[in-house]
Amino acid sequence: MRVFENQVQFVKYEVLREVARYSFEDNLEKGKKVIPLILNPGPEPRFRCCVYHEREVTKERIRMAEGGDSANPLIVEVLDSACDQCPVQRYTINENCRGCLAHRCEQACPVNAITYIGGKAIMDHSKCIECGRCAQACPYNAISDVMRPCRRACPTGAIEINKEKKAVINPDKCIECGACVYQCPFGAIQDKSEITKVIESLKGDRSVYAMVAPAFSTQYNSAELGQIIAGIKALGFQDVIEVALGADLVSIEETKELATHLESHSVMTSSCCPAFVQYVDHEYPELKKLVSTTVSPMIATSRLIKKIDPDAITVFIGPCVAKKSEKKQADLLGDTEYVLTFEELSALIDAKGIALEELEPIPLNNASYFGRIFASTGGLTESVKHAAKQLNLGLEIKSLACDGIKECDKALKLTKFNRQTANFIEGMACIGGCIKGPVTMHHGNKDKSAVATYGNLAMEEDQQDALRVFDLQEISLHRHK
Amino acid sequence: MVIQVCIGSACHLKGSYEVIQKLKGKIAEGALEDQVLLKSSFCLGQCAQAVSVKIDDEPVYSVSPDTVDEFFAVSIKGRL
Repeated sequence: MRVFENQVQFVKYEVLREVARYSFEDNLEKGKKVIPLILNPGPEPRFRCCVYHEREVTKERIRMAEGGDSANPLIVEVLDSACDQCPVQRYTINENCRGCLAHRCEQACPVNAITYIGGKAIMDHSKCIECGRCAQACPYNAISDVMRPCRRACPTGAIEINKEKKAVINPDKCIECGACVYQCPFGAIQDKSEITKVIESLKGDRSVYAMVAPAFSTQYNSAELGQIIAGIKALGFQDVIEVALGADLVSIEETKELATHLESHSVMTSSCCPAFVQYVDHEYPELKKLVSTTVSPMIATSRLIKKIDPDAITVFIGPCVAKKSEKKQADLLGDTEYVLTFEELSALIDAKGIALEELEPIPLNNASYFGRIFASTGGLTESVKHAAKQLNLGLEIKSLACDGIKECDKALKLTKFNRQTANFIEGMACIGGCIKGPVTMHHGNKDKSAVATYGNLAMEEDQQDALRVFDLQEISLHRHK
Repeated sequence: MVIQVCIGSACHLKGSYEVIQKLKGKIAEGALEDQVLLKSSFCLGQCAQAVSVKIDDEPVYSVSPDTVDEFFAVSIKGRL
């Protein structure tokens, strides 16, 4: 039985599953009318104030399952009816206030926003600058930090509040990492889906290939990995390829690039995390020239598949929202046709009524240990170091693996001011790496060891062993092909 | 004649690489490059009988590193 982390993940999943079910049956137009009623039959609401509100939210989720607002360039959208208009003020005084004599909060406030009425502290929100000193000073924990979860989650300050108190995403700051998608307790920020397009492709004549990201090793507790591969094939995919194989390709290419790059620069950064690359674009445009031009494992895997089957349609399946944006970039357009998440894969499998637990496992074993460990922070660095040794490049790599945007920002800032001591920076937008991506089915503390186990199961010892079976000539592994 | 050797996971685990290397060797040995085009392929749909090999549009053959010599002699060389 599939286990959901919480109700937010479940309500998103059930809409995706129903949309997929009706799409498989070529009956989505009818589905759009009946899904809100099927999922929210009433008369009692399941979670919200009333069943009519719930049906409205379901309609918005159906719209997202169909691809969302095409006029909005961002891959993430705020669902208007689902946003609960959480409090705008960040610090509020709660009932723990005992009206003490010391008034430490008042003394701590640098802008005189706290006064006393009837012996209790009162906050003037028009003055508050949200410094938080009052909350630290209060010995009774009587001042709460109720920053909106979406704003707290956003590592780039891209979430603003409009005059209706709804969240709005600033496209100039958003790096499409998806942190808000995962953190909103109402599920009011969602990623656009391509499930209906993938289903249409699966019905068509061309071969459709699934490319599973290495993070999939942490995803499904109820079935063996081999059964998930069998499930993907049962959906109608021609074959399932490990993106770890593309990671093997990338780590070798990026290592060679690093050797050349360091002849004229002091630092190079990785490029496999699209949210990190977008962060550099937005916040440190002067450092763009330091970002590796090697494509990501997703793109490399697509190009590898298309070298063998030029008519292939490739579908990436992973833990990542930003990958949905990466594949649309002008210089990568056409490499990867569609991007699905693990959540969406689950919806597809269940919509088809495929019982994973009953399937005969199918092996997935082309990539090496070093491609597979890309899924957690530090894995890419380990792979590049191994490749440097194997290739005898005489490279002395001083690496820095940055776990999350905050650490990335620190490393980029030091680089900008010529204080960076590392010469290779691995940038990962999600803390923990891809295994902690926003649209994974499972965020657990055993995820890292699951990746290591998956890595150790690889038959091929290292990158070059994994790649020897491929004819790699004529595959461009750089952007701007 | 186009020969496709599956390099999907099930076949890969059972020795696609060796099969390809041996076929390459045989083709070079007989200087058959003009007549035989050796390609790799993803899943040919017969995972249980790995390593899957396909000649033009014929049904899939099951070849292993041990039987590749015989397969080459009978099904490839024998028909050129």
